[in-house]
Amino acid sequence: MVYEAKSGHIGGSMSAVEIMTVLYSEFLNHDSERPDWPDRDRFIMSKGHATPVQYAVLSQFGYIPEDELKTFRQLGTRLQGHSVLGKPPGVENSAGSLGMGLSFGLGQRLGLRLKGSEANVFVLMGDGEHNEGQIWEAAMAASHHRVSNLIALIDLNGIQNDDFTEKTLNTNSLADKYRAFGWQVRDDIDGHNLASVREAFLWAQSVATEGPVALQFHTVKGKGVSFMENNPAFHGAPPSDEQFEQAMTELS
Amino acid sequence: MSNVPDEAATREALGPGLLKAAERSEIVVVDADLGKSTTARLIADQYPERFITFGIAEQNMASAAAGISTIGFTVVASTFAVFAEHAFDQWRMSVAQPNLNVKLFASHGGVSTGEDGASAQSVEDVGVFSSLVNFTVCVPADVVEAEAMVAAAVDNYGPWYVRLGRAKVPIIYENGSSFQVGQADTLREGNDVSIVACGLMVGRALQAAKLLSDDGIQARVINMSTIRPLDTATLFKAANETGAVVVAEEHLVHSGLGALCAQALASQNPVPMEFVGIQNRYGESGKWFEILELLGLTVDGITDATHRVLSRK
Repeated sequence: MVYEAKSGHIGGSMSAVEIMTVLYSEFLNHDSERPDWPDRDRFIMSKGHATPVQYAVLSQFGYIPEDELKTFRQLGTRLQGHSVLGKPPGVENSAGSLGMGLSFGLGQRLGLRLKGSEANVFVLMGDGEHNEGQIWEAAMAASHHRVSNLIALIDLNGIQNDDFTEKTLNTNSLADKYRAFGWQVRDDIDGHNLASVREAFLWAQSVATEGPVALQFHTVKGKGVSFMENNPAFHGAPPSDEQFEQAMTELS
Repeated sequence: MSNVPDEAATREALGPGLLKAAERSEIVVVDADLGKSTTARLIADQYPERFITFGIAEQNMASAAAGISTIGFTVVASTFAVFAEHAFDQWRMSVAQPNLNVKLFASHGGVSTGEDGASAQSVEDVGVFSSLVNFTVCVPADVVEAEAMVAAAVDNYGPWYVRLGRAKVPIIYENGSSFQVGQADTLREGNDVSIVACGLMVGRALQAAKLLSDDGIQARVINMSTIRPLDTATLFKAANETGAVVVAEEHLVHSGLGALCAQALASQNPVPMEFVGIQNRYGESGKWFEILELLGLTVDGITDATHRVLSRK
């Protein structure tokens, strides 16, 4: 998709593949035949640049015809560079400016609670994204209002746009911060090990009725392709022809 | 009717308006620790679960309001105008781009907040929110129109920005008067010049028209309380029939009602125009009416501008 479009954010998409796949296949209560079903679980993509993984997963689960993936970022496409609510149905929020997804998901949970629904809201955020102060406003409010069934998913890949997160703005322990804000937190998850990811979601399900939950997934940016792994150059750049061939060989 | 007040602040309409709206509509009111000042908190006693405070965190309030609206609620957010601007990108990306059903009632708009000084005075808010696609932007002339706007905002889909004021200003409309979004109200007929105003400048425009009439000048006074979408039909008719337009607003002249009227008229029927508003500066501390005086947002300011525009006709 990114190769065809000659633009897009591949590194932070590849770090979240297992998280998204396990979520959509085993935990998210959703139905592509009824994308507006009121009692569905919501998935909020806060790191809105990770549309390649979002569209790929939505396609796997029947929201997007596979052929359409080639239109990513092209004029006239539904598959915009950053997530746009309703394009296609199944995309639940607009994103791109970082730091807003947790607030949006918090609002959805508050609304669902008023309607008497226990539907879950999952919000995927990056670690670099946690530079944004708004996330901490939302973290405080979720805890204050004892918001249940709100599950923050943190893709801790250690790299942001320009450089490694610890060199750009060291967030130190995000897990400790969420704990201090009153959240229930797991920070021992291998985000590329399906069993570890699955076990974390099971735990989240078991405690989410008591209040907000944060799952911190240790991941590798550009996971699966040797020259992309842990390489800040592949935050927002597409592979060249040669790199594309090599990547496809490594992934197959 | 002796106990009916002759002046009131437009913010006083918000709480009572929301109480009425809550009877017929599924509204949720969100707040950023200013619910008493904006009067939105009035709803909390009767509908405690419909009033959600987010503390002093306007960015979170804006995006959360957007999230709540996707569940099927009409969401009303309130804070001060300057703090609404604090979360500009949240209003842009979380609310305006997906065109969600969130109404932002911003009180303490304009410079008439008075003593708090420049940081608390919004000279640019109407321009800021008019720059957002999908937003309806309104500034009521008095408390009666403001309450009708609360009802209209709740009953019409889409994002709205409504600027309310803190200063007690003359009541122009009779109780129960209606408000039609996108429809200007011609409060006084006249064919020599048109005075187009919004907010507290409407009352001043009516006073100015009275003085002008003593000089034999018949001014048409138009309350352009919907800034976006602008009622261009009424504006074009006024320009055609009177041949000169004065715009009066409690806002920077380069980005408010005057600029929008000038843009509209430039492509249809350019007539001489004058602008009574704030000229490229911020306000300062003082009594609200003193600040209006300092900035020329006065009856005299309007009559002077009228004489200038008539000399160019």
